[in-house]
Amino acid sequence: MTPARLAFAAILGKDLRTELRTLQSLPAMALFAVTTFVIFRFGLDRTSLSGSLGAGVIWATLLFAAILGINRLFVAERADGGFDAIRLAPIDRTALFAAKAAALLVYLLALELVVVPVFAVFFLDSAAALPPLAAALLLADLGLAATGTLISSMAVNSRARDLLVPLVLLPLAVPLSIAATGALEPLLAVGGPGYHRFGTWLAVLALYDLVFLLVGYAVFDFLLED
Amino acid sequence: MYGKGLRTLSIATAAALAVSLTLVFFYAPLDADQGFVQKIFYLHVPLSIMALVGFVLGGVFAVLHLRSGEGRWDAHSYVSIHISVIFGVAVLITGSIWAKASWGHWWVWDEPTLVSFLIVFLMYATYYPFRYAIEDRARQARYASVFAILAGAFVPLNFIAVRMAQSLVHPRVFATADGGLPGSMMLTFLVSLLAMGLLWMTLVRLELTAKSASGQLKRLRRALDAPPRGEAPRIAPEVS
Repeated sequence: MTPARLAFAAILGKDLRTELRTLQSLPAMALFAVTTFVIFRFGLDRTSLSGSLGAGVIWATLLFAAILGINRLFVAERADGGFDAIRLAPIDRTALFAAKAAALLVYLLALELVVVPVFAVFFLDSAAALPPLAAALLLADLGLAATGTLISSMAVNSRARDLLVPLVLLPLAVPLSIAATGALEPLLAVGGPGYHRFGTWLAVLALYDLVFLLVGYAVFDFLLED
Repeated sequence: MYGKGLRTLSIATAAALAVSLTLVFFYAPLDADQGFVQKIFYLHVPLSIMALVGFVLGGVFAVLHLRSGEGRWDAHSYVSIHISVIFGVAVLITGSIWAKASWGHWWVWDEPTLVSFLIVFLMYATYYPFRYAIEDRARQARYASVFAILAGAFVPLNFIAVRMAQSLVHPRVFATADGGLPGSMMLTFLVSLLAMGLLWMTLVRLELTAKSASGQLKRLRRALDAPPRGEAPRIAPEVS
């Protein structure tokens, strides 16, 4: 393995191990999401959701739950000198960006593994929409991991960490939200999943992922300089 | 150091604005469909074009800053975005007035250009709290540049996503099959665009001049306050 890959694997493994041992982010994210479903149940006064309403509820819930995890993504690096260690190590700094984005992607997938079935049990009549829904969410998660990692790495070095992530990330995630809800809406339609413009929206999601992964790759070096 | 030529630029801007307003009110014909209200087009559209151009320039200056590490490019990027956000407020207000007059509502959600512009505006409005939450000066400049680049990549993506999500009802004045704008309207529009571009440049230059002047002043003050040579420097901080 090249040094960059070794560093990537080491940082990703460290992050996942820490999360498994401390369980700092994931349980909180999942609890938050399930409670949000209950709030939507009463806020919208609906016991079943379909179409755009279902797509909006699942996406908004996942996005806000993701922000909880994104807020904490670099806290350990900041508090325990991880940034300095990376700066000292003779490795490509982009490895940190890739590893952190991968860790965030794993968190988001784990979150969805719990939360999407709960959503289906709470609000959907059948589970037929879940496989294509997973494909759309995977693409959306990739984009969120790219932008979330960038914003989180900057916010953690500021005075207002918990404020900046939602403040900057939410407008940045608007195109992603438009495309994600656009893809989910026909899948959750009454009477079985439909695929109206599904492929187009997946293409927009993929474009968003590509653009922000490339931008992240290009600019991340500048975020670690000191 | 940015003050050179500012006076000429200001006079040119004032003259161009005067000419464009004269053309708007006395030369350009009344719109057959919308009447007098359509005149706001000559204000609204150049403003929005200049705001978007300014956002793009902010991103370009940010790239220059990251590549060269020179603080002046960060100042350029900051001021470009700053003036464009102010233009953005004017775009949203004039757009709202135009929407009320011609569609009957202050805000129309199924109007992609309007919605896209709002989202872009909201994105850039977070530039200030983001920038000023970072204390270290060099880091602040670097992070702000990264923000400007991220937001620059975000603008076209956002226009694509919003346009795809909605129907098309915005007047496409330049793209209609049968000729688009008549010549007199086109001329008035181009002059207005030029005037607005000059206004944007003047404001950017003015702000840069003010910023560099206050920076110089601060440096001079610090030099004056510094202890004279020969005096022993204080090592321990003062405790009162």
